[in-house]
This record gives sequence, structure tokens and C-alpha cells, in this order.
Amino acid sequence: MALDSSKTTGFKYVGTRPDRPDGFDKVTGRAKFGADATAPGMLFAAIKRSPHAHARILRIDTTKALAMEGVKAVVTRADFATGLTGENWNILENVMAGDTALYDGHAVAAVAATSALSARDAMKAIEVEYEILPHVTDVDKAMEPGAPVIRTGAADASVPEGLHPNVVRYHKSGHGDVEAGFAEADLVIEDHFVTEATHQGYIEPHACLGTLGADGKGELWCCTQGHWNVQKVCAALLGLETSQLRVTASEIGGGFGGKTTVFIEPVALALSRKANRPVKLVMTRAEVFKASGPTSSTSMDVRIGMKTDGTITAAEGVFRLQGGAFPGAPMEFTAMCAFAPYDLKHVRQVGYDVLTNRPKQAAYRAPGSPMAAFAVESVIDELCKKLDLDPIDTRLKNASHEGTRASFGPKWPRIGLVETLEAAKAHPHYTAPLAPGQGRGISCGFWFNHGGETSVSLAMSEDGSAQIMVGTPDIGGSRASMALMAAEVLGIPYENIRCTIADTASLGYNEISHGSRVTYASGLATIKAAEAAVEELCARAAAKWGIPEDAVYWEDGCAKPSGPNAGDFEPLPIAEITATMGATGGPINGHFEATPEGAGVSFATHIVDAEVDRETGSTKVVRYTVVQDAGKAVHPTYVEGQFQGGAAQGIGWALNEEYIYGEDGRLQNAGFLDYRIPVASDLPMIDTVIVEVPNPGHPFGVRGVGETSICPPLAAIANAVSAAAGVRMRQLPMRPSRILEALDSAADG
Amino acid sequence: MSKLHVTTKVNGDTVEFLCDPRETLLDVLRDRLGLTGAKEGCGTGDCGACSVTVDGRLVCSCLMLGAEAEGKEIATVEGIAEGGALHPLQKKFIEYAALQCGICTPGILVAAKNLLEKTPDPTEEQVRYWLAGNLCRCTGYDKIIRAVMDTAAEMREAS
Repeated sequence: MALDSSKTTGFKYVGTRPDRPDGFDKVTGRAKFGADATAPGMLFAAIKRSPHAHARILRIDTTKALAMEGVKAVVTRADFATGLTGENWNILENVMAGDTALYDGHAVAAVAATSALSARDAMKAIEVEYEILPHVTDVDKAMEPGAPVIRTGAADASVPEGLHPNVVRYHKSGHGDVEAGFAEADLVIEDHFVTEATHQGYIEPHACLGTLGADGKGELWCCTQGHWNVQKVCAALLGLETSQLRVTASEIGGGFGGKTTVFIEPVALALSRKANRPVKLVMTRAEVFKASGPTSSTSMDVRIGMKTDGTITAAEGVFRLQGGAFPGAPMEFTAMCAFAPYDLKHVRQVGYDVLTNRPKQAAYRAPGSPMAAFAVESVIDELCKKLDLDPIDTRLKNASHEGTRASFGPKWPRIGLVETLEAAKAHPHYTAPLAPGQGRGISCGFWFNHGGETSVSLAMSEDGSAQIMVGTPDIGGSRASMALMAAEVLGIPYENIRCTIADTASLGYNEISHGSRVTYASGLATIKAAEAAVEELCARAAAKWGIPEDAVYWEDGCAKPSGPNAGDFEPLPIAEITATMGATGGPINGHFEATPEGAGVSFATHIVDAEVDRETGSTKVVRYTVVQDAGKAVHPTYVEGQFQGGAAQGIGWALNEEYIYGEDGRLQNAGFLDYRIPVASDLPMIDTVIVEVPNPGHPFGVRGVGETSICPPLAAIANAVSAAAGVRMRQLPMRPSRILEALDSAADG
Repeated sequence: MSKLHVTTKVNGDTVEFLCDPRETLLDVLRDRLGLTGAKEGCGTGDCGACSVTVDGRLVCSCLMLGAEAEGKEIATVEGIAEGGALHPLQKKFIEYAALQCGICTPGILVAAKNLLEKTPDPTEEQVRYWLAGNLCRCTGYDKIIRAVMDTAAEMREAS
């Protein structure tokens, strides 16, 4: 019988708050991030980028660059694989332009030289002749008749006939008869909402160090959320066999979805192959803004009908997302998340994925969901206001729960939305008095969470300590969480376990650290790997005692006979079994490989108080409370950290952050001075409440927590600001000029 | 372009290096002296990840040229701990989980240490404004501010 350590209570290690294993390295400067690696004979690289939003590349002349002192190699598209299809082709086209530069910042060539300064000088000496083409950067304009076509034939079969060729994917889902539902409503509100593109804003720019020989064997060090994906994609783009490229993930200085794909890694490898030297390539901050993967901007219409008692009778949403010059804007997630918190009889959601002359979007924390919540929760807030209803009671009245049908199809298993709403209602914040000029907003939010392909390996050492190899880069303290879960199963102290992020040559395939999947999926695999080791430990004890294996059980790090009938033996501690493991059957390890599919969805409710200065239009968040279902918080401090970090990013998105394009299609604010992410003096303390409704799909009830925290903030802050300003804010960010315009038009109006 | 010879002190040790006149102090620390604790997050003085002190003054090392280090005393994150003994701020940052990815941590520790040396009893507002030049994208600053405040309280008690 396989060991099963499933439980939702009675934990010894899970739920405690020990120090993280990488803490010492990170406070002393020892931790090695993407740009911190060096290699003997290393070259430095720089990428030549298009200054135009849309331009045909007529000629690239590298003669002058190649003649410069210290320059060892130049690459263009001709140095990459040909014949790629599907997403690999899209990624290659994005990594190095083919015939056409598709956005301001699109890579067109790259150079490697003996110093970073020489590489940069040589990059400037590469001459590129362009024929400028008409461009479009706005999602609505890109759908209009006559808009410049970014690429013909890019649309897939989902797109209905008659739409502009820039519409490349289409989604429609829902159930019931929305028109009949709207007819039952006492009040129907329909409104239009706009959000701007934002960037994940990780502080560490993309960086890598690649070595590739003419023998087709390579080594790559890079900051990434998923090095097996880097391995797979780089191999395809360079025409290599996947297994011949070993990728090691560095410490990662933030990702939030933006490091789930490749931008510079194939370029470093191509340069290395040509120069036969290791090549280091690090993006500048301007390059990060212009040429990594920001999130989509949106144009949305939402219509909701409500009875005077607060019952929602029908809901409908249309969500248009641009994702840059390539397919992939997460419009289906926007559509599917939009009404997920509510139990609706009649619901319909439509999504459009639209091409524009902007960089290829990448995932950003719950991709697509925060914008949907902004539109939907704003309309619900307005309905509550007009019908004089309590916003939490109204959401409770309509809340999804176990057994109800989700707006996008499936029946909900055990979920924790109601519990987060009840906890928010009971929180002192919800009833605290507001000062003049302040407003309060609340919002719910939803994210699916994900399982994904996962491999974990655990090895016992002869002294009874254990090492775990996981393949999901640690983006929020997951090494600590893995060690806690392994400690729980093995019954040995957390400190006796070391968790390492293995390279691609040292462990089986692992999907990217995305979809809030790590604590769930790598955690589940860690538990299963530890269980396998415990079974073997019990077997060794049984052999020593000469009793059947099923007469031995494991408790507190010791093998014990299962009862009086099994025999009278003293408990056998783990270290005594491992001390002799070489002679009793060999090394004791455990491993687990699977694609777990029981990732529990996660809901949150946020409460925000905001203050608006009616003279300057500036807004300050004065109080913030996050309430979210974590299933089971393995390391509660890190769960709080995820809640707080998501809220802070949401505050930036709601109030300050936006990609600003000029009439020329060039990005106007590619730096942290003009793209302003929240700084310490912008924010209040962020209060957190961890709700724990166990996920039946995880042995300890864990649900992913990383992404859901950014789903409610845009709406909650917009509701708070709208209440404070006395005018509905329908466009993000709510920067001072926009607040003043709204106040002026309300006064005129 | 010929290189410049510079003599300076980093974390108490005298060091010499040759650098291109265009190289920043951050480039020199990272690429010539092997001190990669200071990070380049922006290269334009906006993020504070490269914070060091020069003769006791907090600066972004990406905004200062390597050649300007001649005769100065530079302190970086690598010099905060004494041997294996962590500074109280470093201990509190681990204890409070005041870091997630850790890329901003070296700069924040250098800045916070500099604050506490000048202002041993800061208010929350003082800490928030002093650290306003150090961007952190993971934490929402909550646990960072608490860690600094608590370190200050503990250091006051100990002194």
C-alpha cells in the first residue's frame, strides 16, 4: 500500500515561519543572479534594435562594426534556424526580426566584443536601412477598417469572418439567455472601460551567459522562470538537439510572468556559436521596457442587470486585448475570469486578440484577469450605489460556491470565495470611519491556478539529512516551502533539508514557474517523493527487524513497529537507517513525476481606502486589506508577502503605470523615472488575512497564492477613488490629469 | 582610449584598478573587482539597486564614474556583515521575510544602514521617504519597513 500523508490539520512543520534557505546569501550580496556570472574568455554582447514602430528592413550593413577593435561576431536573422512554425516561429521573429521590424525596440542584429563598451560602440556602428510602414498601437484603432495590417494570415480558425486581419483569435463562452436575463432586471448598467499596458517591472533586467560550440553542445545560465522551456525554445531556434543544451537557472530577480519566455538567450548562444567564446548578454532597462513582454492593454464593455434585492439577473462582457505584433494576448482568460466569482443563470463573454505595433506581450501575474475584474467589479459597484445595496452583501448574495456552474462552464469544486467575503465583512477595516475626501472600495478577484508537468527528486544523505532537487525556479521563497512539506513527511527538522533548483541535465522536465503552480505542483511532487523515500526507509527497518514491510509505520522521523503483534522493537531513527543504507540495499531516494491536475482555484476580496486631492488630482491609498484563500499556507509569512506584493503591483497599475506611445509609435517612457512603479513613500502598510479552505487536489490542501492577489486591486482602488472623487473612473491609470478631467466633466455635467 | 589607474578603498581594503573613463563605479565594482552584490536595475539612478556609500554618503554607483573613486572610501553590501556575523538589519530582513527575490536587497540594506547611522530613531514616514529611491517590486515594502523599524528599536536598546 502506498504511503499517504494527506492531511489538512495537525501539522508540525507546515504552517510555521522558518528563515529561508537563500536568506543569508541574499542579505550578504553572495546570491548569484543572471548578470552575476562570468566565464573565462567571456565576450559581452549588445543588440541593435529598430527605432521604428513598423518598418521593412531593406539592408543591414555590419562591415564597420566587424572592423572595430575587439569585435568577434555579429548575428542577424540569417544565423538562426529556418523552417520553424507556430509559436517557435513567433518567438524567433520576436527575438530577431526577419523582413520587417514590428515595433519600436524590435531586435534586428547583435554583436559580441571583448568588453561591454566595445559591444555597445559596435552595435551603434551597425547600419540598417528601413522603409517606414504605417503603424498602429491602439487596440480599438487596430480593429478599425483601414488600419495598417500587421501581418496577413495570422488569424486562426476561431475568428469570425468580416473582422480586420489584425484580429487573430476570438473567444466566446457562457450559458443561458442573457437578453431574457436583462429583461428580468430592475436596473441594467452598461459601461466602457480602458486599461493601459503595464510592465511586470522586475528589478533585474534579463541577463544570460551562453556558450555554444560548433559541436552543437551548449551551456546556458540565465534568469528565467522556466529553464526547461528555455532549453526547448533555444534548441529549436538554433537548430540544436534539446538534450545537448544544458540550462541552469540563476537566482531570479523578479519575474511575475515576464520571464516565462526567451528574448536574449538565443541571441547570446548564436553569437557564442559564431565567436566560439562564452557570451554574456544583459538588457538595459530601456530594452526591458521596449523589448521584453509587457501585459496587454484593453478596451472592454460590460453590461450587468440586477434586481433591487441585489440578485444579478444577467451579465455580458466584450474584452478586446492587444498583445503586440504577435498572437497571444490572454483575452480568453480575461473573458473566463470576468464573471467567475458569481453564480449566474445568464452570462456571455467574448474576447478578441488583436495585433498592434507593440512588443509581444508576456504573462503578467494572473494574465488577463485584473482588467476583467476592473470592468466587472466597477459595474457591480455602480449597481450597488444606485440600488443602495451593501457591496459585500450583494457579492455574497451572488457568490459562486461548491456545486454552482462557473461562468465559463465547469461546476465549482470546494472554493473559498464566500469565506473571503465573510472575513472581509468581519474585518475592522470594512466598518472603520472614513475621513473627508476619502472613499472605500471593495472588489473580488479570481484566478484559475495551474498544475503542469513536474519532476522532483529527493535523496537521503548518510547522516539522515535530505536534499530535494526541484525544477521550478524559486520566485517567492518556494525552496523554504518545499523543505517544510518534505519535513512534514520525513518527520525531520526543516533545517536538515536542503532544496536546490536543479539544472536541466540533473532532473526530468519541469514546466515553468507560472500559474501559481509551484507550491501546489512541486509541493505535491515533493510530498510524493518524500513518501517514496519513507516507504523505503520503512522497508529497511522491516528487513532489519525481520518483520513484514506493512508491519512498520513512520512517525516523527523514526520507523516503528505498527503494534504489539509486529514485535517489540525500539523506534529506529532515520539517521540510523541511512547510516548503513549502502550495505542494506543501496542509496535511499524518492522521486515523483506527473502532471498534477488538481490545482485549486483561488478567490480574494480586497478592501481599499483612497484619498483624492481635488486640486491636484493626486490619489493616495491610505489603507489596504487583502483577504485571500490560500487553501493551506505552507509558510504564512511568504503567503502574506505574495498578497502584499500583488496588491502593490495593482496599486501601480491602477494609479500610475502605463506604456505611453507617441504619434510616431515610439515608446515615450522606457525608464523607471517616467514609468513610475510604487515607491515606499507611496504606500501604506498592507494588511492581510489568510483564509484556508483546503484544496482537495493537494495532499495538504494547498492552493496557489501568487497571482490572485493582483486580480482585485484595479477594481477595488477604482471603486475607492470613484467614491472619493464622486465620479466613476473608467480608465486606468487614474493619474492626476485623468482625475482632474473626470472632476471637471462631472462639474460641467 | 587609454585606461585610467585608480586607487581607492572598498570595504576597508585598498584596491587598484584600470578602467575606461566611461565606466561607472558600478561597472568597476562588478566587472573589475568581482563585487557583484551591487546590482544594475536601471543604470539611470532610478532604482537604487546599485546603492553604495562613498565617504559615508549614500549614492547610486551607476551614476558615478569609476575614475571618481580615486582616494575615496567605498562601502558595499559585501562589507555589512562582520566576518560570519550578520548585521542586525541583515538578520531582521531574513526574519521578517523582508525580501522575496532579493535583487533589491543589497541596495536597500546599504541605504537602511546609512539611515540608521544618521537617524537611529526614525519614524515610519522617515523610513519610507529614505527608501523611496530603492525600488522593490515583490514585497509592497510592508515587511521591509517593519524590518528596518524593528532593527532600529533593537539597536537603540542594545546601545
